[in-house]
Formats: sequence, C-alpha cells, structure tokens
Amino acid sequence: MKIIKEAIAGTLESSDIQIMLVSNKNAGIEIQLKSSVEKQFGKQIRKVITEVLKKMEIENVKLVAVDKGALDCTIKARVQCAVCRACGIKEQYDWEVIE
Amino acid sequence: MERLRRTMMFVPGNNPGMLRDACLYGADSLMFDLEDAVAISEKDAARFLVYNALKTIDYGDTEIVVRINALDNPFGRADIEAVVRAGVDVIRLPKTETKDDILAVEAVIEEVERKIGREVGSTKMMAAVESAIGVINAYSIATSSKRLIGIALGAEDYVTNLKTKRYADGMELMGARSQIVIAARAAGIYALDTVYSNVDNMEGFIREVELIKQLGFDGKSVINPKQIKPVHEIYSPTAQEIKKSLDICRASSEAKKQGLGVISLNGKMIDKPIIERAERLVQLAIAVGLYKEDIKNEK
Repeated sequence: MKIIKEAIAGTLESSDIQIMLVSNKNAGIEIQLKSSVEKQFGKQIRKVITEVLKKMEIENVKLVAVDKGALDCTIKARVQCAVCRACGIKEQYDWEVIE
Repeated sequence: MERLRRTMMFVPGNNPGMLRDACLYGADSLMFDLEDAVAISEKDAARFLVYNALKTIDYGDTEIVVRINALDNPFGRADIEAVVRAGVDVIRLPKTETKDDILAVEAVIEEVERKIGREVGSTKMMAAVESAIGVINAYSIATSSKRLIGIALGAEDYVTNLKTKRYADGMELMGARSQIVIAARAAGIYALDTVYSNVDNMEGFIREVELIKQLGFDGKSVINPKQIKPVHEIYSPTAQEIKKSLDICRASSEAKKQGLGVISLNGKMIDKPIIERAERLVQLAIAVGLYKEDIKNEK
C-alpha cells in the first residue's frame, strides 16, 4: 500500500490512541510514542503498531502515536484506519492484507 | 428456553472504552452502533474499531449485534464485510421498510460468508422498523428470511414520520408496538421495543417497560447501564407466579399420567393456553436463575 497523504485517526479520549502518519520517503518506519504508560507498555505498543504496518505493507512511514491507555485491538484499529486514510482507500479494503 | 433478549444495550461504535466495558453490566445483548451514533467522517474508524473489538474481546455469552449503515449509502456494504469477517452474531438493519431491504442485506452477508468460508446462514439478522411503511409491512419483513431473529421498533424516526412526537404515556406508539408484536409472534421471532431516551426519568422508564411487557414484547433497547436492572426485574417472574406455574405444570403432568383430558387445580379448570403460559414462565424462571429444577425432568 502506498501513502499518498498525511492522515490521522483516533482521539485523545481515555482508552483511545491517536495515530498521525506521513510518508517517510525511503527512511523506513519511524515511531514517536507519547504515553502515560510508556515505561510499562511502550515496547508492546510499538510492537503492535509495527506489526500492523508490516501487514499492510507500509515500509516507509513517520508515525506519531499519542496513547491514552488503549487496548491492543484499539491500537490495531486506529493504525489500520490511519493507513487506509493515508493511502486514500475508502470502503474498498483489501481484507486479505488487513487480516 | 430460547435465548433471553430482555435488554439490548446500545454502544457507540467509535468509543473504545465503551466497547471494552460494555459487557460488564449484564445486558442480554449488546448492540454496537455504526449508524446514527457515528459521525459521517468517522464511519471508517468505527468500523475498524468494532471489527477488532469483535475479534479480540471475549464477550462471553452476551449476544453481539452490530447496527450497520443502510445499503443505500457508501458505508453499508463495507460494514457488512467487516462484521461478518469478525464473526458477529447478529446484524441489525436500520430503517427497514420492505422485505427487499432484508433480502438485499442478506445477499451481501451470504456473499461474504461464502468468500471467507463461514457457514452460510450463521450470521443472524434483525430488523428495525422506523417508519409508517415499515410498520405496515411488519409481517412481510418478519417472515422475509430464516436469519431474522427479531424485529424492533425505532421510535424517534417513527414518530417524526407520523408527524407527532414522543409523549409520556406512549399512546402515539401504541399502533406500531401492537403491529410489531403481532408480526413477531406470527413469524415466531422476537419483538424488541425502542429506547427510552431520558435516562434520568427512571419512573417514566419503568412505566414504559411495564407497558411493553404487558403488550408482549420480549425486551427493550437500553442506552445506559442503569436501565438494565429495572428491565430485568420487571421481566423476572415473582415467587408467587413461579409457585402457581409449577403447581399447574405438576397438575398437567399428573393428569397426563392418569390419562385425564380435563385438568383441575384447586377447583379451577386448567386448559392448554394456561399450561403453555405456566411452562413458559417456569422456563423463564430457570433462565433467569430463579428456579433450578428443569420442569421437563419432572414429567
């Protein structure tokens, strides 16, 4: 999948995570994480984000995540949504890639 | 006893905290809303959130329903694909007006089920009737598909369509409620009542639940956890009702053993509908945990 524009998904409400992403040209995956539980869960949050990006074949992205205590399934959902928005995909998802 | 559907709690589909905690309050069913509770700009976000919640969170025995967007807008089809893939129990159609609305959604569900190898027919459906034409077509909607488990009234749109508003006594909904219960009973599916929006007016809420129980509804849609307990209490049989029903069931059982056609209990004749009601009440008492012994074992 190819990022064609900046995108944002999620909110700053409790139990959510806000994901902002933009193309990183050929500089790989760069994640900037802000979370009140970063010490305990930072590694896991980054792992979930990276897994979703790889699954969706995103190799060069600069991603800013502001976590408010989101579950892994919420992190996945917000990253999937932000990637689809950034790639200009509306409703016509390739579920084989997402799953 | 068939599944209890006394309460169906509405949960906005784009709220991660609510999706996580919704099953803690004891509603019989949860309805994750992708339709009216979600802004147009967030339809995709809610769809991904509900999809991942369904695949990850263990909701136990709670029935999970997702209200999708209608097929006449760009979101409906994608909603169906996502929630069928995620293994939802029931898809709820908004603003159902004819049986063709059901059949069109059913065709998409079946297409996805076949594509992903899910058993065809395993995704159930329910219809929400929210207009005069929907009420007129209630029976044809209720009998349109084997997947249909229930038919619900959506009162806010319905009263607007009727050129009235909601009143405290609910008289404006009487015709629609009766029509929906009759259609559901004739079709052998559940009848579910609309929401009561004023969460602070518990007195009015309780009055409305008592009314819909009297009309024959199986349960009510709720929008706040605090509305769950009163509905369950009203739908629970009393100790006196359970005792009376058990006496009737035992008398019926005894009469059958003795080959008697006419049953009498405490000097009163008991006929088939009374026995049927008593058996249903005992089954309900078992289902809600107020009576332990299965009446069938006593026969």
